[in-house]
Amino acid sequence: MIDRRLLKNFDWGLLAVVLALSLLGIMIIYSATRPILGAEHQPFYLKQFYWIGVSLVCFFIAVTVNYMWFIRFAYLFFIFSFFLLIAVLLIGKEGMGSQRWISLGFLTFQPSELFKVFFIMSLSCYLSNREQEISLGLRDLLKIFLVFFIIPVVLILRQPDLGTVMMLLFICASIVLTAGVKRKVIVVAVIIGLISLPFVGNIVWGGLKEYQKQRIIAFINPYVDSQGYGYHINQSKVTIGSGGFWGKGYLKGTQGPLRFLPERHTDFIFSVFAEEWGFAGNMILFFIYLFIILRGFDTAKRARDPPGKFLALGLTYMFFFYFFINVGMTLGIVPVVGVPLPFMSYGGTALLTNFFALGLLINVRMRRFSLFY
Amino acid sequence: MEKRISISVYIVIFVFVIFLLKLWYLQVIKGGEYKKVAEQNRLRTIQIPAPRGIIYDNKNNALVKNIPSFDISAVKEDLPRDPETLSALSNLLRLAPEDIEERLDRSPVNTLEPVKLKQDVSLKEAARVEARMIDFPGLQVDVVVSREYIYEHINSHVMGYLGRLTLEQVKGSDYRDVPKKAFIGQMGVEKIFDKILRGVAGKKIVEVDAIGRKTRVVSLQQPVKGKDIKLTIDIKLQSEAANALTDKTGAIVALDPHTGEVLALASSPSFDPNLFSRGIHYRDWAKLITDPQKPLLNRSIQSQYPPGSIFKIITALAALEEGIITDKTIVTCTGAVFEGRLFRCWKKGGHGKVNLHRALVESCDVYFYEVGKKLGIDKIAKYASAFRLGMPTGIELNSEKHGIVPSTSWKRQTKNQRWFPGETLNTAIGQGYLSVTPLQAVQLMASVVNGGTIYRPHILKNSDYSDYGKNRIRIKRKHLELIKKALLGVVSEKKGTGLMAHSDIVRIGGKTGTVQVVGGGKVTEDSVEKYRDHAWFIAFAPEEKPEIVVAVFVEHGGHGSTVAAPIAKRVIETFYKGRHS
Repeated sequence: MIDRRLLKNFDWGLLAVVLALSLLGIMIIYSATRPILGAEHQPFYLKQFYWIGVSLVCFFIAVTVNYMWFIRFAYLFFIFSFFLLIAVLLIGKEGMGSQRWISLGFLTFQPSELFKVFFIMSLSCYLSNREQEISLGLRDLLKIFLVFFIIPVVLILRQPDLGTVMMLLFICASIVLTAGVKRKVIVVAVIIGLISLPFVGNIVWGGLKEYQKQRIIAFINPYVDSQGYGYHINQSKVTIGSGGFWGKGYLKGTQGPLRFLPERHTDFIFSVFAEEWGFAGNMILFFIYLFIILRGFDTAKRARDPPGKFLALGLTYMFFFYFFINVGMTLGIVPVVGVPLPFMSYGGTALLTNFFALGLLINVRMRRFSLFY
Repeated sequence: MEKRISISVYIVIFVFVIFLLKLWYLQVIKGGEYKKVAEQNRLRTIQIPAPRGIIYDNKNNALVKNIPSFDISAVKEDLPRDPETLSALSNLLRLAPEDIEERLDRSPVNTLEPVKLKQDVSLKEAARVEARMIDFPGLQVDVVVSREYIYEHINSHVMGYLGRLTLEQVKGSDYRDVPKKAFIGQMGVEKIFDKILRGVAGKKIVEVDAIGRKTRVVSLQQPVKGKDIKLTIDIKLQSEAANALTDKTGAIVALDPHTGEVLALASSPSFDPNLFSRGIHYRDWAKLITDPQKPLLNRSIQSQYPPGSIFKIITALAALEEGIITDKTIVTCTGAVFEGRLFRCWKKGGHGKVNLHRALVESCDVYFYEVGKKLGIDKIAKYASAFRLGMPTGIELNSEKHGIVPSTSWKRQTKNQRWFPGETLNTAIGQGYLSVTPLQAVQLMASVVNGGTIYRPHILKNSDYSDYGKNRIRIKRKHLELIKKALLGVVSEKKGTGLMAHSDIVRIGGKTGTVQVVGGGKVTEDSVEKYRDHAWFIAFAPEEKPEIVVAVFVEHGGHGSTVAAPIAKRVIETFYKGRHS
């Protein structure tokens, strides 16, 4: 299935960087969950290690099968994940005030993570099946909105998982805008958006859970309740800031292990990294993420056909928005919503999803010369 | 499309640059500052609340106790959440596992803050939990001191209650040294003398090691107990007064006329201050503040009512001092006087020929209409003010009302109207615009019987905290004696309106007052309560050198003579029984 010419085009560099990033993630998880004296080390870092193994299998599948095959069956995947989202609401496990996980006995996973990739695949399939030279009109946008977007978003909001909804919204908007939308439609959409903002805002605000409202208030003014919901943001800033330029050094951070920082090994892992590795480490980390993202855009540019282009583009946007929302919230630039840092945060489903996405991305890049096909 | 992808690349790079700038700001520019905060995060301050001072009555009976009790709480992060631990914990605490889960989940985001699982457990249960603590990491038993008001609703308006600091109090300067979560006095004596009572909270600073949770006590500052205070209140008398008002709305105040010491101060309906001691439940609070009878209102100082006939004392003294009447002046009461309209005496057909003594004993309205007419409103107002009506007495309790003493200038200023002669007649018998608080009424009684001295009413016995003023009213002794004699007649003579205050133990003098709620109409004892008259009785005892003065006010009680007078007698008799036993 994979021939030697393809192997020659395999992006070993990207895979190596991501693997390094994942191992760095394990190191940070290890540091963040360092036990208090006398207690046992919680085995998060080990679990993450096993998950990387499982994820590599996924990655392998995503790379070897021609991406056109995924595009062809994209809608099936989409419907499948749609049922998973319903299943979450029916039999899902609750935690932290929301219902996001399905338990398979030996492990639990989070369908909303996986859904993002299927969503991108389906969108790519839809967009590549139309005349490429014509910009998207109002009818196309409505179709995309009604068919791909609205129902899953409602289901995900029911969990509720604000982070994923935000991600989907950003990804969808970015792909559509990059695909090209008629100027007239954009103008009309902006006007309608501005007019309906108060109403929609009201409905959204009313539909939020109390903790979500509190987080948004805390985001606007973290000092309102510095022991309550502003706590996340304040402690995250303290954690990051106290790292200084050179950082406190690996395993020398105090904020995480002393539990001043909540969710230190999942959503706030960046803060722990920033505390121990400082501004210097952050610059390197940023270059790694920037490398991954720019490589993604490059892949999109070079893709041999529209499906590959849209797929690469969507996945790249996904990586970017993961990074943007996660790091943004630890810096206090974006409200606190539960979005992991790709390849680093503890969490099996997210890791699996990201490696699967990486596989697809490398897949598109590998098969960019139609000549060899 | 290629072009749009390039735009995306620029946007992405732009975001990375912004993020890096923000990081530079946090880590390099503000880095030192945050480093300090992070350091401080390793030090934790644990507040040790100070026991409040005890409050005693004037015979050294404790009115309040500090009860140690135990709270069981858990640090959420440390407590394992597996089903076995949870069910074992639920057995230990005798709480349903769902309850424990719910409490833990409701807790604040700061997972280091201990979550209260069970409050007010007994010493026995606390010991049982303490013994098994090793099996439950994160579980802790805290000693807390709660305030128990021994006499419950009996003296709640004097004692007040405790509550958490309000937002304004946190911001203000008076409570700067008080820990944010402390309970402080929010009403009554507890509030006014909070500074004396509250003591100084202790502090334990504990260091959390960078590699672990192993803590070290950096410094320990023991709490200093608040100072005890002694009140002028006599709890026996207070109880009698409170009980006398059961099922009634009103107030009773008793003073020592020679010092201004408040012996009893009751307001009804009342409340149980113990409800507040550990933080009042919102349902209880809602019940208290929505009750139309307003149990939190201290009617003895915060409600003002027309004084009715008890004001005739002032009218009489003013007339005597101004030389308008002597004790021999006779007025013929035909049952009414005409002054723009008909002003009736309460007694149909009139009292006939009356002198000052009879006019006070039988509370003849016509006598005082005539006297008032001659005096004029401003003379009346002058003497009312001399007796400190229309201004707060200055008692230590909060939110005292000042009452109203009308005059021509008062009316011009507040209503921008001229004074009508008929209104003088109303004022002369204590109706109309006039209003006084029960405390002002009893202060009036005190200065009539102590020879014309105003002592500032107060409830704190140890006078080293405050200097209580003393003021002489320029008034002739012999005029006061005339009044006093008449007041004794009110209770002892056959036609006296205060006969029901007559006691076999001690000679009581006093004055009744009945305040019409609905003007004009005939109001009887059995009419609907809200239209019934208010009843006043102010009294003193004994005849020579009075030792106690009492004011009784019953809202919508009916007649002063039948409702208020017996209550005053009951209170005075209790005072003497207590004194002689």
